[in-house]
Amino acid sequence: MADAPPLLRLRGITKAYPAVLANDAVDLDVGTGEIHAVLGENGAGKSTLMKIIYGSVRPDAGTVEWNGSQVDIQSPAMARELGIGMVFQHFSLFETLTAAENISLAVSGTIPELSRRIREASARFGLDVEPDARVQSMTVGERQRIEILRCILQEPRLIIMDEPTSVLPPQGIAKLFETLRKLASEGIGIIFISHKLEEIRALCDTATIMRGGRVVGVCDPREEDARSLTRLMIGREIARPRHGAERGDGHPVLEVTGLNHTPENPFATPLRDVHLTLRSGEILGIAGVSGNGQDSLTQALAGEIETPDDRGSTVMLEGKAIGALGPYARRKLGLHFIPEERLGRGAVPIHTLSENSGLTTYHRGMVNWGFLNLGRRRKLAAETIERMDVRCGGTESTAQSLSGGNLQKFIVGRELALAPRVLIVSQPTWGVDVGAAAAIRQQLIDLRDSGAALLVVSEELEELLEICDRIQVMFRGRLSGSVPVRDTDMDHLGLAMAGDFDALNSSQTMKEPALG
Amino acid sequence: MARFVIEARPERSAWAPVQVALLALILTCIGGSVLFIIYGVSPLKGLDAIFIDPLRSTYGIGEVLLKMAPLLLIAQGLAIGFRAQIWNIGAEGQLILGAIAASLLAIQFEGSTSPLLLPGMIVVGMVAGMAWAGIAAFLRAQFNANEILVTFMLSSVALQLLYFLVTGPLRDPSGFNFPQSIRFDQAAMFPILIPGTRVNASLFIGLFVTVVALVFVQRSLAGYKLSVGGIAPRAATYAGFSSKRTIWLALLISGGAAGLAGVGEVAGSLGMLQRNVSPGYGYAGIIVAVLGGLHPIGILFASALMALVYVGGDFALLSVGVPNAVTDIFQGMLLTFYLACSFLLTSRIRRITPEAIASEAPAE
Repeated sequence: MADAPPLLRLRGITKAYPAVLANDAVDLDVGTGEIHAVLGENGAGKSTLMKIIYGSVRPDAGTVEWNGSQVDIQSPAMARELGIGMVFQHFSLFETLTAAENISLAVSGTIPELSRRIREASARFGLDVEPDARVQSMTVGERQRIEILRCILQEPRLIIMDEPTSVLPPQGIAKLFETLRKLASEGIGIIFISHKLEEIRALCDTATIMRGGRVVGVCDPREEDARSLTRLMIGREIARPRHGAERGDGHPVLEVTGLNHTPENPFATPLRDVHLTLRSGEILGIAGVSGNGQDSLTQALAGEIETPDDRGSTVMLEGKAIGALGPYARRKLGLHFIPEERLGRGAVPIHTLSENSGLTTYHRGMVNWGFLNLGRRRKLAAETIERMDVRCGGTESTAQSLSGGNLQKFIVGRELALAPRVLIVSQPTWGVDVGAAAAIRQQLIDLRDSGAALLVVSEELEELLEICDRIQVMFRGRLSGSVPVRDTDMDHLGLAMAGDFDALNSSQTMKEPALG
Repeated sequence: MARFVIEARPERSAWAPVQVALLALILTCIGGSVLFIIYGVSPLKGLDAIFIDPLRSTYGIGEVLLKMAPLLLIAQGLAIGFRAQIWNIGAEGQLILGAIAASLLAIQFEGSTSPLLLPGMIVVGMVAGMAWAGIAAFLRAQFNANEILVTFMLSSVALQLLYFLVTGPLRDPSGFNFPQSIRFDQAAMFPILIPGTRVNASLFIGLFVTVVALVFVQRSLAGYKLSVGGIAPRAATYAGFSSKRTIWLALLISGGAAGLAGVGEVAGSLGMLQRNVSPGYGYAGIIVAVLGGLHPIGILFASALMALVYVGGDFALLSVGVPNAVTDIFQGMLLTFYLACSFLLTSRIRRITPEAIASEAPAE
């Protein structure tokens, strides 16, 4: 191993963008049959590095060696020719075509011949894909398997996986890992990008840790614990959020019964007979793989979708029917919402933070006789920046100039400043770096401790298990019953996320210590 | 070798629209010079005729101010809609309706000396412009009909309505069959501001609307809602701003302003309703709004520039003998060059010196 050159060797890779040095003299070695993690927060430079390896970005400096000889990868086509494949986080599949047809767009061969090869590879690597099924009927996991198959059938020697687990339920993740191990055992090198430490410890042989564009450590993740990896990744320790005592005296604040909704978009998931009760002083988590109706649910709760009660469903806020009210009216009643998209929904990209403070607060003394109180708006922005430790140029910075995590801190702070009685939050820490995520979770818990009712939709089970009191699972537009967090765990949640709602409560089957 | 790169602006720049507009003006002068040379006219003389000559006399300045009033009014209204991504391009039709309604009132009360006649004409003209744009608002809000097409086609309808009225019911019986109405009484006319010119008090309406627009855009909740709806519709939905309200408000404001411009024409320089109420002010107003960066102050300058081009075209016809189509050509070049340069609103060009290249990217 020491004599043979590694499959891929990067030396001194440097790439500068106008505002940021994305990669600063990065070295990386990946051997044949090695599963190599590249670990780092958002903005650490992982994506840029992968784009350089895959030929879609050219480095400013540094060398790339492939099988011991120096190469200049000029395009993704050239990367594929060399034997470098990439599975992207966002899929590029045609919904109306079958699996085999989709693959035939990238791999040469007739459809019957490809179908045969797909079945062979499926069996060999444990990638269940029905070649003749249309993509539109497939789950996210199946779609990802097509992407992986498409990559494998091009016979690559190195596969880059960009955050592949972010779209999968826990069982799907276990299955993916099996496939990746099999691929590695056949001598294929794998670069695995993630910021989920447990996954990396379970799967990878080597981890390269990046921070601020530089490599800050190379280690064997199995010999490290999550704490030491975190410290390397963000450069300091992260405190676990502190929970107040369980109150148990909460009264129902938001009650939803028999909510049905069919979205105008035919590809969106309809809501079917959704029931939930949200109490004061608790955080209710909604788990589920994205695309199972969470968007419709949060919109219906926030008032972006109005559901007048005459359709047999009721949405009650403290005993008052609010199904026919819009977001503004609900916000006046104390119901606030933080959407998952920050730029363009939670905030207007080219508006300043000052202007963005007004988006949801104009009913709170921000307007006199139809005129905006600019001073007050600026003051609110300044207070939010101060309290939430938002890193920015000041109240007159545009929203789009902030990093995702900082903008999220700003938006969360803006809503918290209004002291909501009910707060709906979608993906509170999605794409947010570890430090900011911890701060946001703590803020949510503090709000709960002050007696507010929170509903948190998240794909990250660790997050839900960490901050929630109860969890319900969403699958194909239906919502399971609720389970106290202490009575469930990752495995049971995973089964429920795949549609088996009966498996949700672990105390009824077997008791296992919950993660986290 | 130094080289130039185009990169995104990290912060919003207040001066970028001004720079882009000036760049467009410079490019227009260059393009115009080429045309003058082809036409066998000295470019200096040509440009002088268009941009300088009108400002040498009181009369010329008066003509520029006269033409500035309707452009200013129309563009201020349109810009508010454009900020909300509501594309009213039928200001010409709304202007005509405003002119018709005001004329009907003036003709109905022929011989009246009431001081209320002119204010009444202003009100009905504005309401008529709003109503004409309101048709497009209704169709867009209820049936999602494209307001660009509806407003544009309604302009053609308005023009036919005007032709029908001036050749039929409103034709001056003692007017030798000319397609025009009777001459309005003094009480139905805007007073002249500068003796010896045709500038009238409708310019004050334009300036007043500019101030209102400035306050509306920068200070009012309604203006804020409109701009959020235009830039980030999803954020507007999230905040709970009604998109139908946005459509109605944007079209009613722009229609009302265009209607006012129509009143200014018939009760100003024309003094009657006639076939050519507007030399394309409704369309030129679109250019003014864009050229002014959709900013009330920018539009003030842009409307002066466009008015200058209108008057300068006539001057150039007389002094250097180029066809007055030169007006349309210069207006077109201004818009085209502005749009071509408008990427500079969100991007900037940075010069990279050899040293910087050496330190940043030795690989290339």
